Amino acid sequence: MTEINEASVRAEVRAWLETNWNPALGLVEWRNKLCDSGWGAPHWPKEWYGRDLPVGLVPVVDEEFARIGAVGVAKAGIRTLAAATILAHGSTLHKEKFLRRILTGEDTWCQLFSEPGSGSDLAGAVTRADLKGNKWVINGQKVWNTSAHKAHWGLLLARSDWDARKHKGLTYFIIDMKQPGVQVHPLKQMNGHASFNQVFFTDAIVEPEFMIENTGDGWTVATTTLMHERRGADGMRSLASGGGRQGRIYEEEKAEIATTMEPYKWYPQRAGRVDLVMGRARETGAIDDPVVRQEIAKLLIMSKSAEWTARRARTAQEQGRPQGPEGSLGKLIASHVARAAARVHTSITGAASLLSGEDGPLNGTIAEILISVPACSIAGGTDEIQRNIISERVLKMPKEPSVDAEKPFRDVPRNITSAAS
Amino acid sequence: MKFSFTSEQEEFRSILRRFLEGKSPTKEVRRLMETDGGWDRDAWKKINQEIGLTAVAIPEAYGGQGFGCSELCIVLEEAGRTVLCAPLFASTFAAYTILDAGDEAQKKALLPGIASGETVATVAFTEESGNWDPESVRMTATAAGGGYKLDGVKSFVIDGHTADLIVVLARTAQGLSLFTVRGDAAGLQRKLLKTIDTTRKLAKLTFTAVDATPLGPVGGAAAPFARTLTRAAVCLANEMVGVAEKLRESALDYAKMRMQFGRPIASFQSMKHKQADMLVDVEMAKSAAYYAAAAVDDGDSDLPAIASLAKASASDAVLQTAIHTIQIHGGIGFTWDNDSHLWFKRAKSSEVMLGDAAYHRELMMRRWAA
Repeated sequence: MTEINEASVRAEVRAWLETNWNPALGLVEWRNKLCDSGWGAPHWPKEWYGRDLPVGLVPVVDEEFARIGAVGVAKAGIRTLAAATILAHGSTLHKEKFLRRILTGEDTWCQLFSEPGSGSDLAGAVTRADLKGNKWVINGQKVWNTSAHKAHWGLLLARSDWDARKHKGLTYFIIDMKQPGVQVHPLKQMNGHASFNQVFFTDAIVEPEFMIENTGDGWTVATTTLMHERRGADGMRSLASGGGRQGRIYEEEKAEIATTMEPYKWYPQRAGRVDLVMGRARETGAIDDPVVRQEIAKLLIMSKSAEWTARRARTAQEQGRPQGPEGSLGKLIASHVARAAARVHTSITGAASLLSGEDGPLNGTIAEILISVPACSIAGGTDEIQRNIISERVLKMPKEPSVDAEKPFRDVPRNITSAAS
Repeated sequence: MKFSFTSEQEEFRSILRRFLEGKSPTKEVRRLMETDGGWDRDAWKKINQEIGLTAVAIPEAYGGQGFGCSELCIVLEEAGRTVLCAPLFASTFAAYTILDAGDEAQKKALLPGIASGETVATVAFTEESGNWDPESVRMTATAAGGGYKLDGVKSFVIDGHTADLIVVLARTAQGLSLFTVRGDAAGLQRKLLKTIDTTRKLAKLTFTAVDATPLGPVGGAAAPFARTLTRAAVCLANEMVGVAEKLRESALDYAKMRMQFGRPIASFQSMKHKQADMLVDVEMAKSAAYYAAAAVDDGDSDLPAIASLAKASASDAVLQTAIHTIQIHGGIGFTWDNDSHLWFKRAKSSEVMLGDAAYHRELMMRRWAA
């Protein structure tokens, strides 16, 4: 067997693309070819649409796709988390049924973890899964479910054993979202957008073969999903569509990305829009106010240092050295930057900060910053949880004494919700 | 621009750390800070013979090791960690001034002594106004018999009472000019100032018709000295992040060890969150300081703004970290016997030295808002 290296991979993928790439094909038709060849997800196992390629060589394949302008497999959205979870924990049946349609983009997915009563404390989920006859019956409520209104399938964490300890009574399911027992309602946020949903389960059914791993393994499986969610958080934001390329397949891909990314359209405002600060300060004359100048400077220092801290972490990683503490701070730093940016935009904008929509500066963008920034320090792990993670994992400080992890979940004090046992 | 350290640089850092921890335990810091001189001439010579500190960024042609600002900043950061009592920053500042302003013969004559540690040098530019802007300089230099005579008062001069060679910024009819003066020159009165931070001494220098030799062209100092100040700010910022990191680590070690209410105080969320915030402050300031050092080596045209950014960031971070560190230590942290105050005081003096955070934020904005 010949050695696999950058040159051999490049030559092989290039030859394959030159023979097979055809922008006249339909998106799904082309992606099925990618599944059959293994070039769509080359780091996946050979028996599941991949080529067992080392992860380090995947960028070579991406470069060749970009060079010829070839479209890749569906990568946006929760489907990537579903794929990673199924690859790690799923049965052969799961892999056969779901993986190909994830890659082709035919199925969309949602994640059903958070609940009204368990946000930071995800393992405190109280959505019930009861085995009745030969089927799992699901009752309860989930929240913050991106794209659940469009999803065919959901990754569900539910409580199947109330007498087991908190982390041991959870089970992980794949649930069919298109059934009468599943109702999806949009959740309107304080900034007026509705990027997420609430999902209500009333005697919803899960076939027994759609359980992942065994009863009681839910938390372990969820940890895999969450790990991939954190890793992917940055990648998703940079997801670009096919640029200005023409052709049916590009149009189809563009539409897919637009649909997937629609819930995220206010995310730049959520991050504070530091990029707008200097322009706004010049335009309003606030740049000449010594107090505002100081605040702008503080913000720019924070934002530049954040960028350099991320670059420092990335460079260390690229050089194959262990990441220092700088690698774990990005999320917390980003919310500091966002909050500071909102303050500075307010100082710069003055009374006009009160105005929104077409009456507000930049057609409402400044207003949208001011009412979106609070999300930054909550979504994806609150600042408080980030500080716990940093202090425990990076600084090796002891955990607080636990009051809930060692007793039967039935006896743990918790929020009152309709699904509670 | 790449600004992550190479494995050679990391190795250099770990050698230095071991070396300086050996040379500058707090017992030695406490001994030296009680002396008027503030540092030990024999020990300083020996350090430079063994490992070479001021020599690092001086070109080989002038007796140095010819490394860049990034390597020098590793030295300064490690020196900051141990609050090394030595004329390292003063000599570094002077060496950069000579490199930026001096002619070839002056560099050849002055730098090898500084590189070897034989000559301790400093820069006298600030006056009693405490203004860090070179344009504020009032001291006059008058041409007299082929040379120049200096009259006036300099203050906040680091190691000014012990330096062998003093680089002085003064005003002539042609504009700002730099001069060199011997430490024992006639007419020069040197007074050790009482300071908060006794680990780095400051002096007031009164010049009465002191003979001085021009460094570089008379009247031409403004531009080269502005470059020097930029690099000095980068160097100080790197020293400061060493101080900050050491403070943070000592607070963390103490919190893990200190028992109250039957558990280590490190297990309380209030402590954990404070420590996480301290880590963010210190790592952000480190990134800025490292980036600025790399910008010096890359000849980045935006360096003046980046240098001020790094100094402002370090000023805020080091002081905040010092305040948290004393707080985390509680009562013991406010005692003389506990070592925290050594770093606290260095943090405080460095915060202000060469301009505080607000001053550097304004300098940065003048560049970026223009």
